[in-house]
Amino acid sequence: MSQTLTEKPIVPVSVTEIATGERKGLTKKEIAADHPTWCPGCGDFSVLALYFKLIEKRRLWHEKITTISGIGCSSRFPYFVQAHGAHFIHGRALPFASGVSLSRPDLHVFAFSGDGDAFSIGGNHFTHTARKNIKMTLVVMDNQVYGLTKKQTSPTSPLGFKSKTDIWGAVDYPINPAKQAIAVGASFVARTTASNPNHVLATMEAAMDHDGFSFVHCLSECVEFYEGAFDSANPRKGGAFNEVPKNHDVTDEHAAYKLASADFPGNFGVLYNVSKPTKNAKEAEINASFQSKFAGLKDWQILQKTFDRMK
Amino acid sequence: MNNTITDVPSSGGAKKVSRINEVVIRIAGNSQDGIQAIGGFLARLAGRSEQEVMTFMTIPSTISGGPSIFQVRIGSGEVLTSGDEADVLLCFYQHSYEGHINSLKKKGIVLYDSDHVVPKEEWQADYHHVGIPISSLTVEAIGGTAKDKGKNIYSLGLIARMFGLNVTKLEKLLGERFTGKDPSILNNALAAFHAGYANSPSNVMETFQITDSQKYGVQQVVMNGNEAIAYGLIAAGVRFGAAYPITPWTDIMEIMRRELPKYGGSFIQCEDEIASVSMALGASFAGRVAVTGSSGPGIALKTEAIGWAVMAEMPLVIVNVQRGGPSTGMPTNIEQSDLNIAINGGHGDAPRVVLAPANVEDCFYMSIEAVNIARKYNTPVFFLTDQGIATRIEAFPQPDLEKVCQDITPDFTPVASHKPYDLTAKDGVTLHVKPGTRILDGKYPIATGLEHDEYGHPSGSPKVHMLQNAKRRKKLQALGSTMPLPKVYGPSEGNVLLVGWGSTEGPIREAVDRFRAAGDSVSAVHLRYVNPLPNGLENIFSGFHHILVVEMNDEGLYGYGQLGSVLRARYCDAKIQGINKTDGLTWKVKEIVELVKAKAKK
Repeated sequence: MSQTLTEKPIVPVSVTEIATGERKGLTKKEIAADHPTWCPGCGDFSVLALYFKLIEKRRLWHEKITTISGIGCSSRFPYFVQAHGAHFIHGRALPFASGVSLSRPDLHVFAFSGDGDAFSIGGNHFTHTARKNIKMTLVVMDNQVYGLTKKQTSPTSPLGFKSKTDIWGAVDYPINPAKQAIAVGASFVARTTASNPNHVLATMEAAMDHDGFSFVHCLSECVEFYEGAFDSANPRKGGAFNEVPKNHDVTDEHAAYKLASADFPGNFGVLYNVSKPTKNAKEAEINASFQSKFAGLKDWQILQKTFDRMK
Repeated sequence: MNNTITDVPSSGGAKKVSRINEVVIRIAGNSQDGIQAIGGFLARLAGRSEQEVMTFMTIPSTISGGPSIFQVRIGSGEVLTSGDEADVLLCFYQHSYEGHINSLKKKGIVLYDSDHVVPKEEWQADYHHVGIPISSLTVEAIGGTAKDKGKNIYSLGLIARMFGLNVTKLEKLLGERFTGKDPSILNNALAAFHAGYANSPSNVMETFQITDSQKYGVQQVVMNGNEAIAYGLIAAGVRFGAAYPITPWTDIMEIMRRELPKYGGSFIQCEDEIASVSMALGASFAGRVAVTGSSGPGIALKTEAIGWAVMAEMPLVIVNVQRGGPSTGMPTNIEQSDLNIAINGGHGDAPRVVLAPANVEDCFYMSIEAVNIARKYNTPVFFLTDQGIATRIEAFPQPDLEKVCQDITPDFTPVASHKPYDLTAKDGVTLHVKPGTRILDGKYPIATGLEHDEYGHPSGSPKVHMLQNAKRRKKLQALGSTMPLPKVYGPSEGNVLLVGWGSTEGPIREAVDRFRAAGDSVSAVHLRYVNPLPNGLENIFSGFHHILVVEMNDEGLYGYGQLGSVLRARYCDAKIQGINKTDGLTWKVKEIVELVKAKAKK
């Protein structure tokens, strides 16, 4: 996967850069694109602001990150970020992001999704991307309701939640995203809530640094269609923000599963974090072993060897 | 065995040796008998002997077992089809004998395993029967553990003797096939082969010698359509693909999974069809123009994402190895019923490119073309083949790989500014600037499925939707104007013009040859660029009284097949009629001839 990245400026970007050849980190102004179209008070604003902060803090450049999403309120995310991005189809952000990750080891791949996108229509991909341990960060902004289509039951809506598709209250048992992620083999699973900005930033940073599939389950309130859903996790609304106990062993799968099973709102922080080879690394290893057998040959000469056997 | 030229005395003296130009051999048995292996050996031998070859096979869609056939036609002249009728039928079982005797021409030779087949009295006069206890002689040759294994190689020996095939070359092929395995396997194979060869059946009255080919000096490669596509894509520089297994597409993904690591690429097996098209699009977005593929049902599942590729203007090659549909349909049979989904599948106005290779050689070269069209026009390109061409083995001149292989490593040179959906772009063709590319004015593009402005940001403006629809349409119209007009096979004016597409070129041409030999005015034109159609077809059509579109699909509610409907809509020409069938088998030349006679009479 050779590439040529010439850093020769074509038009002046900044005087300092030309003078010193060094690039400054980006400012929030340079990272922000369209003004978000979310409703005032939406939890997603907070996640976006902290994504900007992460880019600033870690001095990531526009061209080195890729923001990918599917469909839903949360999935409008890429339009608001000044970087290469893709707004893909409903539920399929993860395989799309996998294609980017597996073919471009030089990029930070972030996927943003909602509860419907990730756990309902895209449920199959959540399972398989996690089990393959494809390197990327997935942040699911879970509001426990379908917001873009205006209040239908979501796969994380609690039993009894009254929506337009369950006017008498939701009857289907909800998914517990963290439990599911651990069960299907995600190597990094964390929980956070949009109402605690410092915690969101720390969690996204840890997720980004994880070499593998990192999953951040972020509660993000929909003030329009499910107001107060997460009050019990917000001390300012009379709830409790319980962090993962200090003595929790993040490499202990059973302990993590047990912690994830706690009644809502549960514990926040990193529940599970293990190091295991990524699919990216395994594919690279397969390639290295094959390529060493053909060292010094041009591609056409490798193909010629195959054709010689078909004569 | 057409064209018996001369009878020459054999070196042994007693038996007659006839020189022939070509031969059609049908081998019938069960799917686990290794019938495909004998056919494969014969085809590769022909390729190495600079002869033309074409094969045809059927396999049951059951998990294990069931009747299976392999037909191979080898000739020193041009071979267009695998042959309507066989000269020799080799059958292992009673059901193979009874089921395939009709495919043998009158006075043809039926070579049967007398351990399993009881010949019928009433067929003795029509066919020359040769019974050999193939099963027991194989066991005798290679020992009691052989059971049913090895009788295919024993039969290969029989055929080799009968047709004077080159033993040294066949031994070499056997050696290559069984290389690296337990040496006793190769030894057993050679023992079976030599036993069959030595069996020189006293009741075969004659042996045959296929005349030498005229194509001296041309090195040939022998492969099937699926192999040609996989290697064509590799030659094109494709280094990423993703798919889900489905018959008959699966071979291509297996080959690419195995081969791409040599070139530093990867082919990923996904959890489902939707994930695979999505992952391929992710790689294309990231700068690695990717391939996905499938057959029938899998293509239906991919259509939403293909619509995204049209909207987001992302390059992608989608290989569709068609099989009998709808739904699960006939997974191991041939049909050309996915043209509609290739051209129109999905919602909204979503123009895309459809190419259809006509033979195995085309599968190789047009794969490269498909990749280059996808890259140049930033569009999904359907590559439409079928079960027949996928499994049919042909020999073709070895490509000059140094010349045809491409390096399409993405370029990440910074650009000053970039509008991915620039409405002022010539012919509507814009570039895809990949992640990793710095854009110096700080405005970054979003690849999107929402209707969008020139930067890829959402727009609900009625005007923008009209303009962007026009942009997506115009670039394919521009492509259409560069597509070559097909050559007419036969005179460019006359009574009947047969129009075909995809894998049916061979039988259509052979039908034309038969008509012309009988003095009938019939020509043919074959479409390999199906969407957009090349400009100027109407000028070809105007030279004929009847335009008959030959397709392996249903005649539809209004009496026209899938290409027939497109052509009628495009040219408003009442002369256009359809010749259709959906029996799941390749066209026989005589079927086309009969249907043309019936239609052209009206």
